[in-house]
Amino acid sequence: MAEIIEKFISTTDQIKTDEYLVNMGPQHPSTHGVLRLLVKLEGEIVHNVEPHVGYIHSGIEKMTESLTYPQIPHLTDRMDYLSAHMNNEAVCLCVENALQVEVPERVKYIRTIFDELQRLASHQLWWCASGMDLGALTAFFYGLRDREDILDIFEETCGARLTLNYTVPGGVMFDIHPNFQRKVKAFITKFKKILPEYDKLLTGNIIFQNRTKGVGVLSKEDAIAFGVTGPTGRASGFSCDVRKHHPYSAYPLVKFEEKLGTDGDSFMRWKLRMDEMWESLHIIEQLIDNIPEGDYALKMKGVIKLPEGEFYQRVETARGELGVYIVSDGKKNPYRVKFRSPGFSNLFTINHIAKNWKIADLVAIMATFDLVIPDIDR
Amino acid sequence: MKSFFAYIAEIFSAIWSLLTGMKVTAKYFFTPWKNVTQQYPENRDTLVMYERFRGEVIMPHNENNEHKCTGCGICEINCPNGSIEIISKSIVNEEGKKKRVIDQHIYHLSMCTFCNLCVKTCPSDAIVMGQNFEHAYWNRTSMTKVLNQPGSKIMEGIKE
Repeated sequence: MAEIIEKFISTTDQIKTDEYLVNMGPQHPSTHGVLRLLVKLEGEIVHNVEPHVGYIHSGIEKMTESLTYPQIPHLTDRMDYLSAHMNNEAVCLCVENALQVEVPERVKYIRTIFDELQRLASHQLWWCASGMDLGALTAFFYGLRDREDILDIFEETCGARLTLNYTVPGGVMFDIHPNFQRKVKAFITKFKKILPEYDKLLTGNIIFQNRTKGVGVLSKEDAIAFGVTGPTGRASGFSCDVRKHHPYSAYPLVKFEEKLGTDGDSFMRWKLRMDEMWESLHIIEQLIDNIPEGDYALKMKGVIKLPEGEFYQRVETARGELGVYIVSDGKKNPYRVKFRSPGFSNLFTINHIAKNWKIADLVAIMATFDLVIPDIDR
Repeated sequence: MKSFFAYIAEIFSAIWSLLTGMKVTAKYFFTPWKNVTQQYPENRDTLVMYERFRGEVIMPHNENNEHKCTGCGICEINCPNGSIEIISKSIVNEEGKKKRVIDQHIYHLSMCTFCNLCVKTCPSDAIVMGQNFEHAYWNRTSMTKVLNQPGSKIMEGIKE
């Protein structure tokens, strides 16, 4: 910090006197966690945003080097806690690919339904939290109320609400609860009535529209250049859905549309996530009645040892593309694990697109980026 | 003149968009029986958790103070963060053979991440996940628990 200020002072001849530095975070409520943004302001106009990450760095990549393969998924819950199941699935798919085992059809269906439920839960929380960032406090309560239904479904089947640890290499931890299908169907019917309410409450709201339309435009070229994935990238028209391009689990069997935006502004990112919720409901509807009979897990060896080599698997989390890269030296622990997290790539476009906008627009941009800080820091 | 009417129309459409949102909140305001709030500390007696809920690791004992734990240590190996410690002792049984049995099954609740791997890998189903979720204590030592009750012994017929 002292260096930055010294550097800043030493260049005062180029800078106008009314430009100043503001620390946004690490304890700022709209950064959704411990993210620190060093914002250079001239009055209210943002001139430069410098994200400083690492305040919640927990060393998950290093910790996995001393864990066995069945133990790794439980740590990835803590990475992107809103897409815990997708993180678990990424590790498990990577291990299964390395061992060249094929999981039963039932497992694939269960995993995909859980993926989409988790995506819905994540988007609900994003919807309510970003509504709150933009000044709509009512949205916060409505979003959390509906998210509770999904968390109850999770709790009944796998015993946990947030840090699921439901997927294990070779299958899932428990079979689905007898009530699972009935509850999911009841949830879909209920949520189809509630989702238009979300639109009525916020999407049509004139204050909300004025704050987001045309704000923080990310062009398609920039999205590709920065490696922006997920709904943020798709809002700019970059077709990057891993579910479509590199399908895994039961995604090859379902019909769904990859929603693509055109404008790339904050409102488009908002709209796209709302559309994705409809698509998620559509995917669950196709699968929930057709879960095939069979085992819920393969019989794996007591000690799983991966063959020597490098393995990579990507999945689509609620925020974008998560890559798991495992280097194995043939032992029961991995030699090195690298997670390519979507939040990290998405965050660093912020300096590019928030320039010359007001500081309140910076909050709007951050809200529609859907950042989860432990996912960025890992 | 045209832009003036457009301006007025915009104001009315803006007010209409706000009223649409108000309609949703008003609907819930006048139907309070649709609320889903639970009065948590008051409803403690009637609160039932789901059967698979992962609250803490417990070791069920039967009426004769017997458990199923053989002290094999598989849960200790599988625990990712070292929250289980097995201390075993050797006893001499009636036939004069030396036999290793469990002395203390120590569970550090403060280190546990409730991943369920110990319960899943236990070969004799000796430990299960309990329903209690109120884990606030005044001192750290009370978060270290000994799961097998004093004087308990292994159930008959458990394969070792």
